Amino acid sequence: MVNIIWAGLIIIAIIYSFLTGNIETINNGILTHATSGMNLIIEMMPLIVLWTGIMKIAEDAGLLKVFSKILNPILSKLFPSLNKDHKALGYIASNIAANMLGLGSAATPFGLKAMDELQKDNPRKDTATEAMITFLILNTGGVTLIPTTVIALRIMHGSANPTEIIITSILATSVSSISGLILDYIIRRRNQK
Amino acid sequence: MNMISKIIIPLFVFFIIFYGAKRKINVYDSFLVGAKEGLIMVFHIAPTIIAMVFAVNIFLDSKFLEGALSFLKPLFELSQIPIDILPMAILRPISGTASLAIMNEIFIAFGPDSFIGRLSSTLQGCTDTTIYVLALYFGSIKVTKTRYALPVGLFADLMGIIAAFIITFIFFG
Repeated sequence: MVNIIWAGLIIIAIIYSFLTGNIETINNGILTHATSGMNLIIEMMPLIVLWTGIMKIAEDAGLLKVFSKILNPILSKLFPSLNKDHKALGYIASNIAANMLGLGSAATPFGLKAMDELQKDNPRKDTATEAMITFLILNTGGVTLIPTTVIALRIMHGSANPTEIIITSILATSVSSISGLILDYIIRRRNQK
Repeated sequence: MNMISKIIIPLFVFFIIFYGAKRKINVYDSFLVGAKEGLIMVFHIAPTIIAMVFAVNIFLDSKFLEGALSFLKPLFELSQIPIDILPMAILRPISGTASLAIMNEIFIAFGPDSFIGRLSSTLQGCTDTTIYVLALYFGSIKVTKTRYALPVGLFADLMGIIAAFIITFIFFG
């Protein structure tokens, strides 16, 4: 699926730019966008290394277990395939918390670590498990309570009430997450039969 | 509010290290073990990030979306909603930076307190970049068969986008 999207984006882009005579932009793009990707990695790397380091302390001190215990009533319903001491649950709980608070840079390493823990007891290493997919849906729904970047931009452009969109964002994000989780639940139930 | 988000991270770091030290954990060694795992993680996700950034940027450069959507223009003029919102809604699941850039242009053209300004703010806040997150998370553990993950993720995005339109209309219409 990602395979098709990836190829589609590139093929469409090149054909369309040939048709519209925009080929020079694409030519420059092919040569420079690998650098933009690399720059993003260099920007992310220190944060990922820092947060995985700090979270390892939390894991070794037993804090992650505390986190997942607090969120257990919700997590056990969302992830029925994981037992309640599963290591991934602590990282999933931390990832959700970081996302909610708008700390995107911290959320990503927690999410990657959660996936890593889920992969450890995956019998087929190239195939996504149900728990992985549920986690992904939860994550891409992006339950952000405070959209900090949007508010900052609204202030920059002189909005009279920059935070008025918090409520509408929370409502829309809830609709998105809940409908994703419901569909995910339906598919899981159907697969079991 | 900005203050709160500035306090959270230092408090969080303090709490973890304090708790670890209190439990007589060698916090420094733990940090090093975790940081090494983080480095390996970056190494694993690097190809995915380069691949996705490359494809998305090439696609944006080609201006295909603007061209493909231009035939819908009369329809949008009729409903008095500026057509600029459409590429943003489509790009939101693919690239956070691209949709943010469009939102910025909408703010410049119509102001953040216009209907479309509020709508684009809600859209930006309501979902995450599904395709990027999916490629990143599954790429990092080398899962290639993602099963129903993408359709469900895009379905959630679509519902979020529809909800954003309706909710913005109800609140600010």
